[in-house]
Amino acid sequence: METLRYVLKRVLQMIPVLIVSAIAIFLLMRLLPGDAALATLGDKIDPEVYAALREEMGLNQSLWTQFTVWVFALAQGDLGTSVIYKIPVAGLVASRMQVTVLLAVVAVVMTVVIALPLGYLAGAKKGKLPDVVVRLLALLGLAAPSFWVGLMLLIVFGVRLAIFPTSGWGKTMGEHFWSLILPGFTLAFASIAVIIRNVRSNVVEVRNADYVSFGRSKGLSAWAISTGYILRNALIPTTTLLSMRIIGMLSGSVVIENIFGLPGIGSLLVQAVTGRDYAVVQACVLVFVIITLVVNLLTDILYTTLDHRIKLGGNEA
Amino acid sequence: MSADASTARGLKMPEKGKAKAKGKGVPIWRRSPSLVIGAVIVLATCVVAAFPSLFTSQDPLALNPKEMLLPPSPQHLFGTDNFGYDVFTRVIYATRLDLLIGVASAGMPFLVGSALGLVCGYYGGKFDAFMMRVLDVFMAFPFMVLAIAIVAILGNGVTNLIIAMWVVSWPPYTRLVRAEVLIAKGSEYVQAARTLGYSDLKIMFRHILPNVISSSIVYLASDIVMCIMSAATLSFLGLGVPSPTPEWGAIISGGKGFISTAWWISALPGLVMVVVGLGFSLLGDGLNDLLRTRD
Repeated sequence: METLRYVLKRVLQMIPVLIVSAIAIFLLMRLLPGDAALATLGDKIDPEVYAALREEMGLNQSLWTQFTVWVFALAQGDLGTSVIYKIPVAGLVASRMQVTVLLAVVAVVMTVVIALPLGYLAGAKKGKLPDVVVRLLALLGLAAPSFWVGLMLLIVFGVRLAIFPTSGWGKTMGEHFWSLILPGFTLAFASIAVIIRNVRSNVVEVRNADYVSFGRSKGLSAWAISTGYILRNALIPTTTLLSMRIIGMLSGSVVIENIFGLPGIGSLLVQAVTGRDYAVVQACVLVFVIITLVVNLLTDILYTTLDHRIKLGGNEA
Repeated sequence: MSADASTARGLKMPEKGKAKAKGKGVPIWRRSPSLVIGAVIVLATCVVAAFPSLFTSQDPLALNPKEMLLPPSPQHLFGTDNFGYDVFTRVIYATRLDLLIGVASAGMPFLVGSALGLVCGYYGGKFDAFMMRVLDVFMAFPFMVLAIAIVAILGNGVTNLIIAMWVVSWPPYTRLVRAEVLIAKGSEYVQAARTLGYSDLKIMFRHILPNVISSSIVYLASDIVMCIMSAATLSFLGLGVPSPTPEWGAIISGGKGFISTAWWISALPGLVMVVVGLGFSLLGDGLNDLLRTRD
């Protein structure tokens, strides 16, 4: 019951942020030099056709009218029509969404599977060789720009060894997953480094806590102590960090989809910005904003289930 | 006046005393090797940025059609690209611009964001509540998405790139400083300063700021790298520094079309970025060890 009320309250709090973001996106798009009609026509510009197109797109109406028209359509689930693809934006964004979401899922799984054991190892063996090696790797991970890492993986595994495709994402589900391995790892790369460092320092902090010594003195097995006592408590701060990284991954996907030629929402955004495809840009940015807000909400809920000391809706600053 | 100030300062002495006791007699390279290594790399990068001509005798903008796509050799350490540009020379000359972008992009948010956090945390109230909602909106936009939108509006170019970085990177500073100010506000030295009748401005900048700024400074070191990376990323997408200006991201982007024939165009400049990034990260880690006495 308490949880439900908290979730409801948080969802209600999201609404003003969403509205302000929508207004900001709308105004930002109208500030872009050039307009959608101009971008659609390309090089050959016939003044009459241009004027007619402007009229048809509603660009001659006041900003306010344009905004209300957009919001009312949005409320009815109509995101408009793409001027580049000539199809409804909702369908376009939905079909591109699955690529980006799948990419993010692959990246998150890779981050967790690689970073947790390594971070734990470094923390448990603080100051010894594994710790030094893992910390050095993590530092390198932080310093390497992801677009460069992506290109290097592409050169080695795509071009030289030809194990993975260099562009596109295939047709079957199997092909999808296969072609998401390199981009997924690229996207995970920086996060792996950040999470390793975080898990390490948490483990170092927790491993000397009183309750861990108590568990040891009770004669619990090393495994029970490391999973039930150390890892569980060390992972609470990591959860928040991981969610922040998921939001960071949305940013990263824009670049990585571009490098690996993936038809995701990030590459759609870049394309739409250069093509002045207003409706598409607005929809893409809105989708990114909604995902961000939802991820934040889920984090807070997860946080409370991991740590019972945190009361729902307790002190919000 | 000066006696009052020293009394107020005396109250924060224990913290400083602890830091000194911890590192007493231990040379700095033993206390924090990462700080020393990081500082050396950053310093070396600054020297390269200041005097690029000392490190290469070639011209970064000299087209040489006879020497296109040559692999690395003693004459061309990093090989040449499809225009016959010497990649090493361009990387060297790009250092100044990239460093400048990093420092300029992170510097302004550091100052403005920290000051805002200080004011919000100290006064609280309606302004603080309003600013926190503004922060929520900014944080709701993925970093790169907002940066791309801003560069698209303002157009390509170094100045616009830096402005885009300003817009996207201030919130963490405000958050960090605000959170620390909220804690510091209740501490004894602030109460003492209040009792002594100091003005809000004086308490904020003379008493609270020196005690809360360290986390912001540590973040600044990593933020400079992030700004260099983000700016390079935008250039890589064709939304940043216009060609043929040498810039790391743009140079790496130039090799995008030649990954199967001329790997060196993208690979080697990236290595330089890794080393520079490593330098700033180590510096940040070292500052963290030194400035924060928590552990």
